[in-house]
Amino acid sequence: MANVDFDVPAKGGFSFDLCRRNEMLMKKGLKPSSFLKTGTTIVGLVYKDGVILGADTRATEGPIVADKNCEKIHYMAPNIYCCGAGTAADTEAVTDNISSQLKLHRYHTGRESRVVTALTLLKSHLFSYQGHVSAALVLGGVDVTGPHLHTIYPHGSTDTLPFATMGSGSLAAMAVFESRYVEGMNRDDGVALVRDAIRSGIFNDLGSGSNVDICVITKGHKEYLRNYEMPNPRTFTSEKGYSFSKKTEILTAKVTPLRELVEVIEAGDAMEE
Amino acid sequence: MSESVQVTNNLTNPEASSQRTLYPYVTGTSVVAIKYKDGILMAADMGGSYGSTLRYKSVERMKSVGKHSVLGASGEISDFQEILRYLDELILHDNMWDDGNSLGPKEVHNYLTRLMYNRRNKFNPLWNSLVLGGVKNGQKYLGSVSMIGVHFEDNHVATGFGNHLARPILRDEWKEDLSFEEGVKLLEKCMRVLLYRDRSAVNKLQIAKLTEEGMTISQPYSLKTFWGYGAFQNPTVGAEGSW
Repeated sequence: MANVDFDVPAKGGFSFDLCRRNEMLMKKGLKPSSFLKTGTTIVGLVYKDGVILGADTRATEGPIVADKNCEKIHYMAPNIYCCGAGTAADTEAVTDNISSQLKLHRYHTGRESRVVTALTLLKSHLFSYQGHVSAALVLGGVDVTGPHLHTIYPHGSTDTLPFATMGSGSLAAMAVFESRYVEGMNRDDGVALVRDAIRSGIFNDLGSGSNVDICVITKGHKEYLRNYEMPNPRTFTSEKGYSFSKKTEILTAKVTPLRELVEVIEAGDAMEE
Repeated sequence: MSESVQVTNNLTNPEASSQRTLYPYVTGTSVVAIKYKDGILMAADMGGSYGSTLRYKSVERMKSVGKHSVLGASGEISDFQEILRYLDELILHDNMWDDGNSLGPKEVHNYLTRLMYNRRNKFNPLWNSLVLGGVKNGQKYLGSVSMIGVHFEDNHVATGFGNHLARPILRDEWKEDLSFEEGVKLLEKCMRVLLYRDRSAVNKLQIAKLTEEGMTISQPYSLKTFWGYGAFQNPTVGAEGSW
């Protein structure tokens, strides 16, 4: 048999090499780093012309809000978007990975990506990591076969649903959906219902908060409405500005607007990688 | 010989034979209640689960207390029955005074709070989440007590899963002075969501109405459910062989 030049494909499944190293480090006293979770409300529903996805924008690290306005609706393909709940790094990485696989597939086939393709790629990936990749996703899009909405759980199981919610605020959002969803809604009613479900999550769940993001996908067209609604504005900043206590005698006052000190070169050299 | 050893053990270590409540056995699921124009409306299904089996399907989890209140309970059914006996005794002693006064919902709520909290301090809780509602002299009252003694009063309360599924709906849609029909519709909305999404819910519920005149509890009935969505009928459209 001639010497083969191609790479033998990897055996697949989770590689446990780093587990021994982690155990060794823990024995030496290293505390495991806390990870950024998206403790979240994400929803999706199918309406007359397509699919509407919604998400809140709070990312938590334990009890602290790490990011007040993060983006949880990820791009997969021009006609497919995916909301992610769970560990932020996992949702980001897995959606990016499958998004690039979809692009290569589009070049190879010359056709628009289908939602079931993204679904199968995601579920195979998550299953092979046996639930260690903590990503719970709501995948929605419109392709040649019609509108589709799926949920994907961290262990790799999927559901096909007319309406779906995931994340810590999923019960609050599901309560809104179960009581008000009907099939074949028009765009305005659908967006209003998604907005109300996310608001329910924002105001009734501690892991969700800040703003409402919405993405409307129809045949051949998509609308990414970042910060569609901002029901938690910052209202406590004082307009008076800084005032000194009464006993302080102001000798001179000079106000230097900082913007003028920094020169922004528009067409500067990009950083060398 | 072994018997005398056991007797000595019981005398020297009285805790050896007594047991503390570690987990519930026969449980009821959520109770949801709201204030409305004329008083209180409370809804609970009639299921008594034994772990993951639906063992009893005609358990009345709402009972009237005295002249002015109604008590709904979720959690261990035997502990609920025990609480009813305590309340019986309380109301009896109150009636024996024969002074024209009667315990109102606020007083009963306070009694239950003390009862639950003291049991919790002895590490032997009554494994229930209670909802106590009532009307006395035109004043509506609706309160809740948990098995560890957490208590509060509000315009709408729920226990168990009701907190996660029904409270968000009630926070959005409850308003002051609902009519009886509106109140029942709102409660049914909440109970329907619970029926869909709580595994221990049962489609046989009662609604209790409490006004100044007294308590009436409806006959058991069931809610209509809808399963006709396109995605349920044909989940693999466009992808034959998928799952």
